[in-house]
This record gives sequence, C-alpha cells and structure tokens, in this order.
Amino acid sequence: MFGAGGGTSSYAEVEAADLILLWGSNAREAHPIFFHHVLKAVADGARMYAIDPRRTSSAKFADRWLGLSVGTDIALANAMGREIIAAGLHDRDFIDHATSGFDAYAAHVESYTLDWAAEQTGVPAEAIREMAHAYATAPNAQILWTLGITEHHNAVDNVVSLCNLALLTGHVGRWGSGLCPLRGQNNVQGGGDMGAIPNKFPGFQDVDDDEVRAKFEAAYGTELNGVPGKHLTLMFEAMEAGELRACYVIGENPADSEADVEHARKLLSGLDILVVQDIFMTRTAEMADVVLPASVAWAESDGTVTSSERRVQRVRAAVPPPGQARHDIDIIGDLARRLGCDWGHPSPEELWDEMRALSPMHTGMSWERLEATGGIQWPCGSEDHPGSEFLHGWLWADDLEGHDPAPFSVTHHAPPKEQLSDEFPLRLTTGRALDSYNTGVQSGGYASPIRYGDAIDVNPTDAAELGVADGERVLVSSPRGSVEMDVRLQPDIPTGLTFTTFHFPELVDANILTNDEWDPRSGTSEFKAAAVRISKLDPEPAPV
Amino acid sequence: MTAAGTITETAVTLTIDGRPVEVAEGSTIHAACVEAGIDTPTLCWAENLTPVNVCRVCVVELEGSRALVPSCSRPADDGMVVQTDTARVRHSRRMVLEFLGSGVDLSQAEDLQRWMEAYGADPDRYADEDHPVERVEEPVKVQDELYIRDYSKCVLCYKCVEACGDDAQHTFAIAVAGRGFDARISTEFDVTLPDSACVYCGNCVGVCPTGALQFKSEYDLRQADEWRPEDQSVTRTVCSYCGVGCNLELHVQDERIVKVTSPADHSVTSGHLCIKGRFGWQYVHGE
Amino acid sequence: MTDIYLGADRATELEEAAVDAALRTRGVDPVVQPETERLYTSGRSRRRERRHFLLPALHALQNAVGWISPGGVNYVAEVLDVPPAEAFGVASFYDLFRTEPPDHEGDTFHVCVDAACQIAGYDDLAASVRASGAHVHFGPCLGQCERAPALFVQGCGGRPDYVPADAEPFVLPQAGNPDLRLLRRIGVADPESLEAYLAHGGYQALRRAGQMGAEAVMEAVADSGLSGRGGAAFPTGVKWRAVAAETGRPKHVVSNCDESEPGTFKDRIVMEQDPFAVIEAMTIAGLATGAANGWIYIRGEYPLATARLQGAIDAARAAGFLGEDAAGTGHDFDIAIWRGAGAYICGEETALFNSLEGFRGEPRNKPPFPTTHGLFGEPTAINNPETLLNVLDIVTDGADAYRSRGTERSPGTKLLCLSGKVGRPGLYEVPFGTTLGDLLELAGGVAGTGELQAVLMGGAAGSFVGPDSLDLRLTLEDTRTAGTTLGSGVVMAFDTSVDMTDVVVRIAEFFRDESCGQCVPCRVGAVRQHETLVQMQKRGALSPVRRELIDEMAEVMVDASICGLGHTAASAVRSALSLGLIGEAPSS
Repeated sequence: MFGAGGGTSSYAEVEAADLILLWGSNAREAHPIFFHHVLKAVADGARMYAIDPRRTSSAKFADRWLGLSVGTDIALANAMGREIIAAGLHDRDFIDHATSGFDAYAAHVESYTLDWAAEQTGVPAEAIREMAHAYATAPNAQILWTLGITEHHNAVDNVVSLCNLALLTGHVGRWGSGLCPLRGQNNVQGGGDMGAIPNKFPGFQDVDDDEVRAKFEAAYGTELNGVPGKHLTLMFEAMEAGELRACYVIGENPADSEADVEHARKLLSGLDILVVQDIFMTRTAEMADVVLPASVAWAESDGTVTSSERRVQRVRAAVPPPGQARHDIDIIGDLARRLGCDWGHPSPEELWDEMRALSPMHTGMSWERLEATGGIQWPCGSEDHPGSEFLHGWLWADDLEGHDPAPFSVTHHAPPKEQLSDEFPLRLTTGRALDSYNTGVQSGGYASPIRYGDAIDVNPTDAAELGVADGERVLVSSPRGSVEMDVRLQPDIPTGLTFTTFHFPELVDANILTNDEWDPRSGTSEFKAAAVRISKLDPEPAPV
Repeated sequence: MTAAGTITETAVTLTIDGRPVEVAEGSTIHAACVEAGIDTPTLCWAENLTPVNVCRVCVVELEGSRALVPSCSRPADDGMVVQTDTARVRHSRRMVLEFLGSGVDLSQAEDLQRWMEAYGADPDRYADEDHPVERVEEPVKVQDELYIRDYSKCVLCYKCVEACGDDAQHTFAIAVAGRGFDARISTEFDVTLPDSACVYCGNCVGVCPTGALQFKSEYDLRQADEWRPEDQSVTRTVCSYCGVGCNLELHVQDERIVKVTSPADHSVTSGHLCIKGRFGWQYVHGE
Repeated sequence: MTDIYLGADRATELEEAAVDAALRTRGVDPVVQPETERLYTSGRSRRRERRHFLLPALHALQNAVGWISPGGVNYVAEVLDVPPAEAFGVASFYDLFRTEPPDHEGDTFHVCVDAACQIAGYDDLAASVRASGAHVHFGPCLGQCERAPALFVQGCGGRPDYVPADAEPFVLPQAGNPDLRLLRRIGVADPESLEAYLAHGGYQALRRAGQMGAEAVMEAVADSGLSGRGGAAFPTGVKWRAVAAETGRPKHVVSNCDESEPGTFKDRIVMEQDPFAVIEAMTIAGLATGAANGWIYIRGEYPLATARLQGAIDAARAAGFLGEDAAGTGHDFDIAIWRGAGAYICGEETALFNSLEGFRGEPRNKPPFPTTHGLFGEPTAINNPETLLNVLDIVTDGADAYRSRGTERSPGTKLLCLSGKVGRPGLYEVPFGTTLGDLLELAGGVAGTGELQAVLMGGAAGSFVGPDSLDLRLTLEDTRTAGTTLGSGVVMAFDTSVDMTDVVVRIAEFFRDESCGQCVPCRVGAVRQHETLVQMQKRGALSPVRRELIDEMAEVMVDASICGLGHTAASAVRSALSLGLIGEAPSS
C-alpha cells in the first residue's frame, strides 16, 4: 500500500461509517465480533454494499449484494474509479495535494466502462454506478476486505485497486474513512509487526536498508543478512528446485493448508530435515524428523498479539502447559544454546523491551501500559503517546510531513488463471464456516452443534442439471485431483459457482482441488478460483 | 493522529438525596447514582445492552413525577431532584425482589440474593399451607454440549433476547413468547436450540443474571457439586482464532478452563464473543 | 436485514395464498426475488418497509387454517424478513391467535366472561352455543356490554369473523333527542353512504379547516378545552401542537380504536354507525399537525366497525376526500386500517405502536412521548374516535359554541356506556356535569332488585362507587375529587342481587390475563393479587395480613409499573374493599 502493512482504521471508526463496502469478506462467519461493529454502523443508518460471488450471511445484512464473478474485482474497482471521475465526484484537492499518478490512472481506467464491467463481473451496470456514487459521496466510508481479495493470483493488484478508490475520494488518512483488511489469524498482524516477513525487521523496517540493519546489528551484536528471504510459496519453489533442504516449522500446518496440497506434501517429505514446533501432532508434525512440543500461546504463556486494528494486547498464562510441552521462548533459547549462542533466559517482558527499543512504532508501549490498558494501537512512538486510531494522517497535512505523495497504481483486469472449460465447467471457491477454523486442528476440539462438515455448495439449478440431490455424495474433480464430497443445495450462490470450506482435511481433502497459482508479490495462492467438475458416484444403472 | 471525533460534552447537574451531582448530558439517573457513589440495585440493566427498564428494581423517586421512574433508562436532566432511599422507593424495590423470589428459583442469582437481604424481601409470605402460589417450574433443557437452559430460574430480564438480537449478535434465535406470567424466552415453537437459528455465540449466557442460562461446562460441575467459584482464577487474554483481537476471561479451576467470558467494558468485544472464542478452548486440555 | 435461518417446515399452498392475498391487499408484493441472479436488494430498507405487515399476515394464517403453524411462520418470516422466533413471539402474544393446532373443527365462538356478561349469565349463552356443536372460547370483554352476554365468532377456513348480534337493527336509546351532538347522525344517516353523510353535514368541518389553516384549527381545538376521552384526559390541543412543532420526519395520526376496557363500547358504536365522521376528523388532525399518514388500529373483535371504516375510507378516497390534496385542502392524507388480535394492553398507546409495527404489544417507557417518538419512532398524534368526533363541531361551530355545553373545566358532552343492571343499557351522550343519578334515570333506572349496590365507573381500570354517589357530577374534576374516574365512560350498575366478590375476582383475573408480562410489578403483582382474592373467596373473608398485602401489592403496581395497566390493576379491587363490597365475612 503506502507504508506499513496494517488496517488504516479502528473498529470504532467502522461503527461511525456512513458507507461500508464489504468486499470479499464473509465477516459474519469469519470475523464475527468485528461484524458486530459493522452491525452497529448498519443499525445507525450506514449503507452497506457487499461485493462477493456468494450471497453470504454477511451479504444478507447489506443494502445491496453485488454477486460479481470470481476474480473480477479489478474490473469492478476500476469501473467504479472511472465512474467517479466521469461524474466529477473525485476529490480534486486531495488528489492534487496528496497523491501522484492520477492522470495515468484516469487514462487507464477510461476503458473500464460500466457496461464493460457489467459484462465482466455479471453485475448490472446500474448497481456499479450506484455503488460508485454512494462511495464517493459518503462523508465517511470504509472498505473492508479479507481473503476474497487476497487469495488470488493477482492479490496485490486487487488490494491496490481498492486503495486507488480511497485515494480518488479522500477516504483515507482521516478519522472515519479508511481501508481495513481483516486478519485471519489472531497474530498474523503481530507476526508481521515483529518482522516475520521475508524482507522486514520488526516494525516494518527493511532488511536491505543499511542504516536500519546497522541498528539491529549493533543491538544484537552480530552481523545480519541484508538479502530479503523467501516467503512460503517461494520456499516451496526452492524445495522443488532442491535449494531448500531443511525446514523449521513453528505453529503452521502446510501439509494440510497449502493449495494443491498433495504437491506440497511431496516436497515436505523430500526434505533432508523437517523440524516442527507445535501444540498439536498435525499432519506436518507427523512428517517431521523432530517434533518440539510447544505450549498454547494464548493460555499457557505470556506475551502480546496484534489485532486487525493494530491493537497490541497482552496474552497471559492461565494454565500450565501439559507434559513435556514448553514455552516457545524457552525452546528457541535452548535451540540457540545448542547452536552455540547463549541468549540467557529472557522473560517475555525483557524481550518486548528489546524489541520496542528497536521498533519506533512500538517504542511507547511499555509492558506496564499494555497491562493497564485494553491494548494500544501502533504507531505509538513514546510513552506519552495514546496510540493511533487511524493511519496516514500525513496525507492531509500541509507538508505531507515529509512523505512522498501516495501513488495511484495502474492495475489490469486479469481473470483467474484457471479458466473454465468443457472438462471443468464449474467455478470452485473456498471460505470459512462460523464454528470452524482453518484446517480444524483447534476448532475440532469442541462439539459444535452447528457443524455440517465440508460439503460442496451447489446452486439448485446446477444440481438439477447435474442430476444430483441435496446430501448426495459426489466426486469433485479439478485438474489436480478428485475428492468425494456431499452436495449441499444452496440457493444463495449463483449458477456456475460452487463453494466449500476446508476445515476437515481428514474427511475431505478439499485443498487437493485448489489451485496453487500464486501472486509473486504476496506469495498467496489462488484458493478462491479453481475449475472443477462434479460427477455422480454411481452411474445410472443401464436400462434393462 | 488520534481521535478527531472529539465531542464537547455539556454537563447537567441534578440533586440526588440532597447532594448535587454533575454528569455529562445524556447520562442516565443510574449513571449519576454511580457517580455519586450510591449503590443502586439493577437486574435487567447491563453496561453493554440498551436499557429495557422492565425489572423496575432500580426505580427512584423523581420530584414532579407521579410514579417512580426507572433510573437505568431515564436521562438525567438539569435541575432534577431525585430521592433513592425513601420509603416508597424501598417498598417498590423490596416488592419487586419479593415478587421475583416468589415465582422463580433465585438460588444461583447471587446479586439478587444480596439485594433481597438488603431490602428485607420475604418471598415466602405469599404462599401458605392451603394457598400455594403459581411458580415457574420447567424441566432443564439440555439439548447440546454447550448450553443448558433452566427457565425455572428465569426472571424475564430480556438480556438474553437483547444479546441475541439488536444489541449484539443479530441472530434472533430467541424472543419473548406468550404473555403475562406465562411469558417465556423461547425459540419459534420452542424448537430445540440446535434446530433453531442459534449460532452458539454464548452471548445470552454471558449476560444471564440468574443461572437460567449456563454453559454446560459449569452446569455439569454444579450437578457434580464441584463448582467452586472461590477456588477459581480469572485470567484475561486474547482469543486464539481470527485476527479481531477479542479479549477473553479464562475462568480456571483445578488448572482447567471451566468457562470463558469477555469483559463488557472492552472496546473490541463489549463483552460479546463468537462460538470459537467462547467454546474453542477445549483443545488446550487435549480434548 | 438479517441472515434469517428457517427450519424445515414449509407453509401449505393455502397458507401461502392467504398471506399473499393479505399483503397484496395492502399493496405489498409478497414475492421475494433478486433483481438478477447477481444483485439483491435487502437490508434495512426492506425490514422497515415490511415488518409492520406481520400482524395482517398472521391474521391471514389464523383465518385460513385456524392457527399459526410453523410452516406458516417460516413463510411469513421469509416474505417479511422477520426472524421466526420473533414472529412466534408476536403470534403467541395475542388471544385471537393460536400457536397450536386447533382441537376442533370450524369457527371459534368467543364468549365474554367480564362483569356485564358475568351478571347477564354468560354460562347459558355458552351452553347454547355448545349445544349447537360449536367450539366455545371464554375470553375478556368483547365491547358489547349493552347487549350482554356477548358473543364474537372468529372465522376459520377463510370464513369471515362476525358478531351474531350485528344482524339485529341498531337502536340508539336517545334517538330523536335534539340535544345530541356527537351522536346526532347515528340512526339518521346511512353509515355506508358517503352521500348520506354529506347530506347530514359531513365534510363541512374539513372544508372549514382547509379555509382556516392548520394554526387556526389547533387554536380552536386548544381553546375548546377538549381533552382525551380514553381515560387520561390529556389536552388534545397540546398534543397536536407538539406534533405540529416537529419537522423533518414523517408524521402520523393514529386513531386508537382498540377499545378494550371492560364495559366500554362507545367507539364501536361510533365507528359502526358514523364511520365517515371518524375519517373526516382524522383528516383534520392530519391537516392540523402536518401528518400525512393516518392509521386506524382497531381491535380484532370489531368486524362490523372494521368493514364500515374500510368502506368509508374507500368511498372517501374515491371522492377525493383522502389521498393527495385531500378534499382540496392542499394537504396529502390517507388512512390504513390495522386489526388488533386480542390484547387489552394494545389500547395503551405505546403498546399499540409496537403492535402495529409488528412487534409484541408491550408498552414503551415514557418519556419520550408519542408526540416526538410515536409510531415508527416518529411524531404521532394518537386519539380515540370519541375525542376526534368532538373536533368536527369545534371546527365548524368554534370553541365558544363548544364550551357552551359542559362545565368550565370539562367542556362539551361525554359519551357514556351504560351497562349492567339498568333498564335501558346502551350508549348515551350527556353534557359534562350531569349527575350519576340523573344518568341512571335516563337509562331506565336500576334493574333487577331495583336497589343499587354499586356502580363501576371507568371500567376494570376504574373504581366502584356506592349508592351514596348518585349526586356525583360527572365531570373530570368532580370524579377526581371523589376519588373515582370517568375513564373511558363506563357506568356499570350492580343491583343488590349481585355477588360482588365474583365480580371483583374476575376483574383481578382480567388483569392477570391481560398483563403483557414485561415489568415485574404487574406481571407478578397481578397474579399474586388474583391469588389472594381467590383465597379470600374460598375462606369467605380476608385476614388483616392479607388485607395489608393487597395494599402493599397495589402500591408497587401503582408506583413502579411501566404503564397504565399496572398502575390501575388494583384500583377496582381496593375501591371494592374500602366500600365493603368484598372482603368481610357475611354478617349473618
């Protein structure tokens, strides 16, 4: 985007929004408590548009649902941009003051007419026009998105297409308007904050910036590698190329969660050594040479996590870890000792203090403050700073506070890599169910009365054409493989589209079907768009 | 880079029990009582729910008003004169508590028991030997592994309905059905919870003041006579599932989590959780 | 605006057709479908547009199949975007709706068990209905006390509701009396003919109001001293001015036709016999307050009044007296009718709003008041038909002429519902200030033993007075001083043959049955009060401890209940005790 990776706004601002674009997010099920904040806005009169191929439970709360074809988000966003400009609803003063590249953007989106976008997306032109006008004219507007935007081969383009809309209308950098990507894991934001990104140190500081690196080298007393590392998808490519031979996996289950999962498992099993540190004996752990039993981070150890609104909050030990399970800090410390580095036995607080001395955005968050408050939102540069409700206020400052203007990006509509064909005529997209979580290793632990398993949702019209009934076991095939699944008739998805969750890999290995085409910039795979075929298991008996 | 939405608050001054109390405009009389350090019983009021003022246990005497007024919902106006401890107020509070105790089982409603003692409520004086009074008596509904519902403990405070509905979850699986003394909290046609719209967020249980709604984990321990609040610790942490950052309070007894709640005053949850946060902890104990 | 979950039950074709027809009659397309397969409009807008059709839809289901079935609820839930649990909660609130399959074939014959019908022998009526093979349902006052015992037939299988007594010709006891004001057209002008209404001075008031303008109309109403005739006697002019002062939001005029106070039937007769007058007066209220939306909320047990009002609305609209630029006044105004479904509490104005909006008929806490937060949370002037009727003469003749009748503080005339043991029960109009004794004489004196034991003033929510009150002047001020009330105009006489304990126990039971259950003082208090009186009846006397308990319970109901139902639930009981009508062991 334009700076550190994090949602620009707070939940409180979402509550105060006049207009909400819920884009590629089924927050009602995937982020239920965030959705409570959305509902407060809606109850207070905010208008909401849901942009999603499926009419999800979230979309049912929207004033309008726009059921675009999978992977046509850029066509829709650019057409909105064109319409906003054509109608003169863009914020010229803001654009002149705070952005760059507007003319190129405007020229580029000129060809994204409403009619053309309607053809690409399947959504009526009038609805796109209405949404564009509503967004541009709202006093405060929020764009909220999740994996419907990012689990595509062109994830980054999808995101910047939405950012373009915010720059076009000035819906960013001020209280009430902004862009909110919702995080899928309780600390994926915190992991990024702490530098668990191939090219960043803690606080989103670049590893290839000499000055930054020198600061960390001085603090750590050792030389640091300035070459950006590999993200997960590149690691698998490196495994395939034989360049990556050892893997230390902490709290991740790629043997179940990767797209085209059979291929991933083959690569993991071919490593020289696989070390897995986890609280579960996951499928990945079962493949490991060494398993290091860890403690539950949020209930058996102390530390911090960061939420989707950049709020750093304390987690605390409530129960002791079972058996031989140990705290992650102790495991890593011991491993370091065996490798010849004695880091002592730092407490979580001591580690935190070391980190905040090096990361300016965290410097003001003392352990005491985190204990005493309901969390602090970064950036928080000093101990008298209250934390930041929203980001990028500099866009509205007279001198941009020394920043370069925020650039518009030119993005091109590019349909999903895997095109539908006669052989695979149905689009398969994936998502989450309310009571389950990712590959189910945690959520499988309780008896949910509303769990229905990984069925494949099919529009009743399609099902009738296929001759399959509700609850029927069928064979679902993609170019990568086949799995047996139960059909669930679902009138809330359009014809031609199918949907499944992937919470029960032991029962249904849904990621056998998904596409591992990935975005070279983000490393995310195109979970949201595979081409599949549904066939009956038992062919009709031949007439006698 | 912080809140731009700063609103200048106007203050109003009212007199409570002869003392001037200043609160922000829009505050309730109850909030003013809290401000003044006056202990006021409440039952249907909660800080994370819209006041419905149905229980009437918080009533106060307001000069110029013929009837007593519910302090939980009545906005404080400049110049109001309020009495919280007159004979009328004490009588109404005592009677409301007695009425409740005469009709339902309040054995697990700790706050109410405390108030009943303070106001000298005697719920047993309505019945005598040849004159039984009508009570709410229904078998406990155990329909799944997460909740139980025991409506013989229900005081019809509407909190669960609010939490399931407009005030938080917007699922509307339960509503008040029937009328008068026969009114009950119910799903449509009393279908079981698994057959209803219920999504098991547990937010109804979280706001229930009497134990009519309970987590099955608590109910089972109580049935086994092993529920010991005095031996429990409460630890605040953050949910392990999605990235919203919901605060959890882990209630731990004998090194095991026995239930999960959320602080009502936290900006992320306002006390409300989803099914994963509320019940997804069981893997911690290897279950 | 919700992700509604529907169980597996589906409505029958019959149920769907009934709901569809009910909605289409009200201009709503029941078909729920997306604009295209990729576009769907729902959200708040739909909920706001549709929720208030819940009551008509439930009526349609009840009428079609005799109950509200799970499949029927699911269909209504889907069409109206109402969660099934809430739809069930609403359906189960009303006495005219069943939420279990009926255990009988055919229509339901509702027999009233309240005071007037109690002393007129409803048992005999019920027995004769049963003998004919029909199903009897005992229920509260049906608003036909002048022709007690009362019967109301609730149709099933698509058959309409009806009241057998409506087949008899209507006779006004004071017919031909030249002093009648509010009742002067009754029995004179054909209530089903707009021409007849016009020929008898109809729509002159609206024409005059159009010439005067809103401000002058409100001034006349304020100067007239007109106050509400439902019991609370709030000045109508003040109410209208408050609504008129609200701007920027839609505004409403609601006619509270949910007349359910036991002993009351005045509005029924006005609506049945002079429906155009109610419509015209509402239109004037709309003009004065600047409200464009008129609503009639009428109790479900009044099928004839409903039909006559609907006929009047249709005829008035066709003739240009309703709709855009109503009667050439430059003001847009139209009226829709919503039927209640058997709930006394819905006569309480805020409960009425909730009921009409498609929610349970539970009263709201006041403040805020209807003038700023009424129907749909918007400014609302709510008046009952009798109050509205007075406006016609005030506008036509002016406030001074109006004030020439009645007393200084109670100007005008009053409609009074005479029932019980009187010679000629029925609806009477007298100037305020007439004495109770003169009124009883006008109604033919005390019947039965000819010796008066007590009079119930103002209905179940009112109080008893004894034979020593015959000199009581019937004004707001005199009744208040005497510790009683005119209430909704009930004057029910009991001769010395009546067992008052039966009557009072039934009044207590009435409140127990009709409490909405929302607030604790009333929900439990009404039950405990009734239990205590039943115990008294069994023992023949009330112990001093129990006597004190009655007062203690009354005090909390008066002080801490949300609405007037709780405030008045002990009033008749306490007056009966203090008059010695009940509670003491028989002296001989």
